[in-house]
Amino acid sequence: MTAVYVLRRTAMLALVVWAAASFNFLVPRLAPGDPVGAILAQITRQGGSVAGSAEIIASYRATFGLDEPLGVQYLRYLAALARFDLGPSLTSFPTPVMEIIGRALPWTIGLLVASTLIAFVVGTILGALMAWRGTPAFARFLLPPLVALAAVPYYLLAIVLVSVLAFGLRIFPSAGTVSVGALPAFDLATAGDVLYHSLLPALSIVLAAIGGWMLGMRALVVSVIGSDFLVLAEAKGLPPRRVFLVYALRNAILPQITGLAISLGTIASGAVLVEVIFSYPGLGYLLLQAIQNADYTLIQGITFVLVLAVGLAIYVLDLLYPVLDPRISYAQR
Amino acid sequence: MSISGLWRRRALLAGLTILSALLLFGVVGALVVDRAATRIGSGPFGEAPSAAHPLGTDTTGRDMLALVVHATPATLEVGLLAGAIGTLVGTILGLVSGYYRGPVDTLIRSVADVALTIPALAVLVVLAAFLQTTTLEVLAVIVALFAWPSGARAIRAQTLTLRERDFVALAKVSGASDIAILFTEILPNLLPFVVASFIGAVSGAIVAAVGLQLLGLGPLNVPSLGMILQFAFQYAALSRGMWWWWGPPTLVLVLLFVGLFLVSTALDEIANPRLRRSMV
Repeated sequence: MTAVYVLRRTAMLALVVWAAASFNFLVPRLAPGDPVGAILAQITRQGGSVAGSAEIIASYRATFGLDEPLGVQYLRYLAALARFDLGPSLTSFPTPVMEIIGRALPWTIGLLVASTLIAFVVGTILGALMAWRGTPAFARFLLPPLVALAAVPYYLLAIVLVSVLAFGLRIFPSAGTVSVGALPAFDLATAGDVLYHSLLPALSIVLAAIGGWMLGMRALVVSVIGSDFLVLAEAKGLPPRRVFLVYALRNAILPQITGLAISLGTIASGAVLVEVIFSYPGLGYLLLQAIQNADYTLIQGITFVLVLAVGLAIYVLDLLYPVLDPRISYAQR
Repeated sequence: MSISGLWRRRALLAGLTILSALLLFGVVGALVVDRAATRIGSGPFGEAPSAAHPLGTDTTGRDMLALVVHATPATLEVGLLAGAIGTLVGTILGLVSGYYRGPVDTLIRSVADVALTIPALAVLVVLAAFLQTTTLEVLAVIVALFAWPSGARAIRAQTLTLRERDFVALAKVSGASDIAILFTEILPNLLPFVVASFIGAVSGAIVAAVGLQLLGLGPLNVPSLGMILQFAFQYAALSRGMWWWWGPPTLVLVLLFVGLFLVSTALDEIANPRLRRSMV
């Protein structure tokens, strides 16, 4: 049973990655002309000139074997991807796309994982408290404003926060991850500096995401509140905190984790734009630069890596799910 | 009336009020405010709000009030067009998936799950970069690509329960075709869900469209809220403290999203009583 479940999830992940790869292969070929010609035409149309365009063409012809039949090209492309070879960047030729992405990826993962976890954990706990009767009435007034913020995309909140807190009041830095002129080092001061620079981008994601988790968890806790096992736990005389944490929260939280898995892609899309607003040197800011420089191989590389990363994260959550909820028979999902 | 019923009515009312105010602002405003003032160089460059230009002008000399007035209906149009395409596709796929079940259902559900969970913006960026978003309509069609899966899921779930009902069995026995059952027996019962998913799709499409525009992938020749933000961003309006440049389009977008959110949650709960949760 377990093997079937793991196999199905793995197949789903493979399907997503294959679809993203094929999409990247097809789109340039559907554009008029051959892919290299389309890319070069694109650049000249936007007024740019390509240094060593002959070299790029040669490299492309070699990498993709463009004179070969489409099927062979496709297989070669997939084989290269399997080795994480995403080809050379167009604007910083011949640096491999993967090398450029590798420098930006840790920043995105750090920002995304930290802010998503904070929003999810705090939102879930607050949402559960909203439905619990011991919670003071004034705390309930937190809900409407946070829910209203959840209707707004991250990037609008980021625009407001950066304008008011960074450019207006100058409390926070407006861009980057370390102070201008700071030397890269692995010490406490640098870590503090990075944290200080990451606070505002993270805050835009947390503030915009927390209301959704609150609303979801609140409804889930409301649905378990009448359950017999809660009545029994209280009748047994268990301390209220234990009833709340171990009985109510533990039983209500599972659909919330499914929700997390489903929203990861949307969260990543939103974080990409937050990075753009804050010039935060992750994949999102790299994407903006790639678009501005018409670096098509880099754009495609970023798309592929983002899809792969989110797919992997969902895969891990999916595998954890049966561990969290033993009631789920693996074959049914 | 219960507290949750009251909340639902208040949310619906508030949402509809915000949306009609925006519509009025865009439609009536577009008739009153001269479109010529949205042209580059038609006014002073980068001036703060004054009597002549109530919302100031941007660095290229465009009147901000005129820009926002003419941009609002354009952005709504992108959302409505993409939302309509997404809802049409999503509804048909959801109906087929839930009614026929079997391999068709598995296929549609897998594709919807994939489309729902991947970072859509990244995929849209590749499309927009290669296909050239020269008009707002092209932008809308590109964005519509991810406007269908959540609607398809909601419609499928409802179709699954409706297909077991007696009136569907009766229609089948009296020889109605599958298409007739789907569109005359099942679909009318799903209208509230279709409307709710349409509003969700409109909101999601505008989020994605403005996001693409922030990345520099939207048309720059027609005023739209994303295009104003795109320009504001390019000309560093944020760091130069030109709040009258980035502020108004941001405010209109925030109102739009909150309005759509209020209407869609209220509709969701009206359509599906099981979802009802008393909110304050």
